[in-house]
Amino acid sequence: MTTMMIENQARPARALDTSDPMLSDGIPVIQVAELTKDYTLGTNVVHALRAVSLEVQRGEFVAIMGPSGSGKSTFMNLIGCLDRPSSGSYELDGVEVTHLSPVQLADLRNRKLGFIFQGFNLLPKMDALANVALPMVYAGAPEAIRLRRAMAALDAVGLATRARHRPSEMSGGQQQRVAIARSLVNAPKLILADEPTGNLDSRTSVEILAILQKLNAAGATIVLVTHEPDIATYCARTVVFKDGALLSDERNQHVANAAEALASWPAPAQEVPA
Amino acid sequence: MNTLASPFPLRATPIQRLPSAPAPAIDVDSFALLAEPPPTGSRHLRFFESIPSALTALRANKGRSVLTTLGIIIGVAAVIAIVALGEGATASVASQLQGLGVNVLTITPGSTRSGGASSGAGSSVTLKAADADAIAAGGTGVTAVSPVVSGSAQVIAGSANWSTRISAVTPDYQTIQDWHVASGAFFTSQDNTAANNVAVIGQTVATNLFPNGQSPIGQLIQVRNVPFTVVGVLASKGSGIGGDQDDTVLIPFRTGQVRLFGSTSINQIVVQVADTSQIATASAKITQVLRQDHNLATGKADDFSIRNNSDIISRVSGVSQTMTLLLGGVAAVSLVVGGIGIMNIMLVSVTERTREIGIRLAIGAQPGDVLSQFLVEAVVLSLLGGILGIALGSGVALLMPVVAGFATVLPWNAIGLSFGVSAAIGVFFGIYPARKASRLDPIVALRYE
Repeated sequence: MTTMMIENQARPARALDTSDPMLSDGIPVIQVAELTKDYTLGTNVVHALRAVSLEVQRGEFVAIMGPSGSGKSTFMNLIGCLDRPSSGSYELDGVEVTHLSPVQLADLRNRKLGFIFQGFNLLPKMDALANVALPMVYAGAPEAIRLRRAMAALDAVGLATRARHRPSEMSGGQQQRVAIARSLVNAPKLILADEPTGNLDSRTSVEILAILQKLNAAGATIVLVTHEPDIATYCARTVVFKDGALLSDERNQHVANAAEALASWPAPAQEVPA
Repeated sequence: MNTLASPFPLRATPIQRLPSAPAPAIDVDSFALLAEPPPTGSRHLRFFESIPSALTALRANKGRSVLTTLGIIIGVAAVIAIVALGEGATASVASQLQGLGVNVLTITPGSTRSGGASSGAGSSVTLKAADADAIAAGGTGVTAVSPVVSGSAQVIAGSANWSTRISAVTPDYQTIQDWHVASGAFFTSQDNTAANNVAVIGQTVATNLFPNGQSPIGQLIQVRNVPFTVVGVLASKGSGIGGDQDDTVLIPFRTGQVRLFGSTSINQIVVQVADTSQIATASAKITQVLRQDHNLATGKADDFSIRNNSDIISRVSGVSQTMTLLLGGVAAVSLVVGGIGIMNIMLVSVTERTREIGIRLAIGAQPGDVLSQFLVEAVVLSLLGGILGIALGSGVALLMPVVAGFATVLPWNAIGLSFGVSAAIGVFFGIYPARKASRLDPIVALRYE
């Protein structure tokens, strides 16, 4: 732990600064043009996504909203490189990905993307540290680096003391924090959060949002899918989908501060001792 | 603007929080990690990473893993135990036959034919004592020759009697058959030339005729009313091929011919050559001498046959090795069945862990990573079975001589082969489930409940 701290402090750059010309080179993290996805169900063709165009700049915190069937999940799968579009183009961090092979897409997911899911999706047989370290396993990083970075990431979400606990020994909020640590451990260009608060109570939801806001303030680009308008208020920009197309794309005038909301929140009646 | 409806009104004073409540006091600096270059590495590392992860997965389902490997364990153990037993039997048979002498040739009369019906080997009376002399004199390279006439007879000593096999042989017989004398001495050439009534008796005969423990040396025994003086007792050879070897009485050849059997024909001639490499040439020369002696025209079949013990040894060993191979093969079938068991469980495991596979794919596992993960798991499973099976099989092989009295030889080649085969079974039966896992669609897999 001590060594890790020292190493961290030795790094010159503490956080991404979007005003830095080296980092903010004007290339959008997401540049989607005329993105279309059709499914064939029997003889019917379902137009899940109809020519969607969108741009997300580095350091943005975007909420994607819409009712179920609006195409927001399809859109998430596409920008998450989990699926390939029927037509249109998608540049992730300046790289056109629509024609990449499954292996190349897996590599992109590993190096450029971080996922946070509604159901946490941690591996139950592994402790928190191993879960967080897993993306680096697939990056082929040596064990020493994996351990150091995974500890740093757990520390960043306030769970350094829970490193050796399994998901089943943690609360939902703690599990989601482990998932956040996992999503950021490979220093991704984009963090995708799919209903990250869907399985959490409202206080824990705000806790998670506080972490995401801090993460965003540290320079991470975050796209968050939610169907709760309350959650979207913590994001700087809200994109609404309807029937497979963009309905609206607006900057939020008043972005709620999760840390402040949390400070004024009443203490939970009961908390599992840390 | 905080639209998140709080059930409590905002308070001016800070809320007192439980000390245990985890306060996510996070400052921007905590995420310094984001500014660091992403870690990179080699594919090799990713492959070796699948070994501890396979062990973790198998440990998570200990009971199931052990039950799954049971097929391989039993298969490998059976192969090793059977091969150990088979090789042990082969070795003990070979060593028993070795006791008969590997550099010994046995010449028996040929078969008689009357009207096209063969009476079988040994049924004719074509071998005579003169043949033995001819072999000894004919430059055939043999070191010892003894004609043998034998027959069954009752032997009487005082009030005791015993039915046994009487063989009339020359003193050379002692060396040829590797007989040792326990007490007294073997009869001499003079005894043979003079046709003295002397006998050397086997241990079984000695104990049956002289049950009170008195020394048989110098005692008189009667064989078919002919008295013989016992001059020696043979050291025990124990029982082997053809029953109790100690149940025998040896008398000088000429004595046998003149006083006991009254016939010029003989049962066999045993011949010793210097070493096994000379068996073929000696055999050819003996054939030549005997054909000449018997006035056989060219093209006429031999009226005798020559066998040697190394033939018998290799034939018996061959039979026992074939049996070993056969039983080992049957046991190997259970290995294949064990492999199918592994495939089955791996398929179940892939289905159960579909969500895990989805998570791994989402965070950047390539299809090849998932493939190697499940393949390594299957191979570890079958190798584990192989190792346990080798331990069990070797244990059985080592215990068998102690418990059941069977001779066994720990078959190192079978142990090595079992290890390799169990690894191969893991790969062969693991590849299908692993491919199935690696071809999962991450979206579908992530949604799998």
